[in-house]
Amino acid sequence: MDYGRSSRDVGRAKLPTAIKILIAGGFGVGKTTMVGSVSETRPLRTEETLTDRGVGVDDLSGIEAKKTTTVAMDFGRISIGEDHVLYLFGTPGQERFWFVWDELALGAMGAVVIADTRRLADCFPSVDYFERRGTPFIVAVNCFEGARQYDIEEIRMAVDLGPSTPVVLCDARRRESSKNVLVTLVEHAMQTRTSSSQEPATR
Amino acid sequence: MTSLSDGSADEQWLDDEAGRIVRPYVMTRGRTQPSRGKIDLITLVVTINPVITAEPGLGPEHHTIVKLCDRPLSVAEIAAHLDLPAGTVRVLLGDLVDRGFVAIQEPARETDVLDLETYKAVLNGLRTL
Ligand SMILES: Nc1nc2c(ncn2[C@@H]2O[C@H](COP(=O)(O)OP(=O)(O)OP(=O)(O)O)[C@@H](O)[C@H]2O)c(=O)[nH]1
Ligand SMILES: [Mg+2]
Repeated sequence: MDYGRSSRDVGRAKLPTAIKILIAGGFGVGKTTMVGSVSETRPLRTEETLTDRGVGVDDLSGIEAKKTTTVAMDFGRISIGEDHVLYLFGTPGQERFWFVWDELALGAMGAVVIADTRRLADCFPSVDYFERRGTPFIVAVNCFEGARQYDIEEIRMAVDLGPSTPVVLCDARRRESSKNVLVTLVEHAMQTRTSSSQEPATR
Repeated sequence: MTSLSDGSADEQWLDDEAGRIVRPYVMTRGRTQPSRGKIDLITLVVTINPVITAEPGLGPEHHTIVKLCDRPLSVAEIAAHLDLPAGTVRVLLGDLVDRGFVAIQEPARETDVLDLETYKAVLNGLRTL
């Protein structure tokens, strides 16, 4: 496409690089809480409209042609200096909504899969999805009160994660903790992308 | 804004009851695709010509976008501020780009083009938040 990218089009303003990070996991695991604790504003909400265009979602086939469905996502922003702006998107994690993820995951730097040890299996679909797609991800275990304390290796085994996927404990309500999760993710993504790429990273 | 945390699965999936769809439909004159290619949720938009004088075909929402994007905002943020579906905002943005009021910058389509320097800058930024 021939628009937008040149500095002439953008005029005097040099636009920052926008970067997308996904916050995934089952219902009620703390996705919105994490987006909110680490973003510079309260979580905002946006809606993506899905028009029935043969996306291969069984639940939608058979619905009349012009029908649309809307999925809501909450997101937050973290400005990093003048040059970068990070957007965190928390999205519903059920399997029947994966087509939304396909659009979102395109171009994402990486993903955080939040797990609740009381319902560990709820994170499996997200883990499977990112593994299949090759999106760098980490698992963040949100420590709810009353949940038994697991150690990280136990969780790694239970979720059947490879040795290279980081697992961290967190409290999504705490900014420092969520920040630490993001740092771990970006380090992991940097390692994954730069070691798997054929060419040396450009400077 | 209401609490985002207590929505159940079904509440997150709003069906197209009339109220939600009619307004965007009128605004875009029925168009569902922008005049330009795909526009990502994190595509950044900035106003390059703030003066809209009675342009035919541009409605109040177009004007609002031009005002909002006086500092760069993502499509997702514009949609949230206008309380419109992202798809509607994409169509309106197509109009504004066509007429030279705003410029847009698409994000990198695949992260492999993110270079080492970008990762380092993001890491440093996060650590010093
Ligand atoms: N104890 C504890 N509670 C938490 C933590 N993180 C989130 N919560 C609470 O868990 C509930 C659900 O958190 P949300 O952030 O809304 O979870 P979500 O994943 O966005 O939920 P859905 O969008 O509905 O799937 C809220 O009441 C939070 O306050 C945590 O680390 N510890
Ligand atoms: Mg939520």
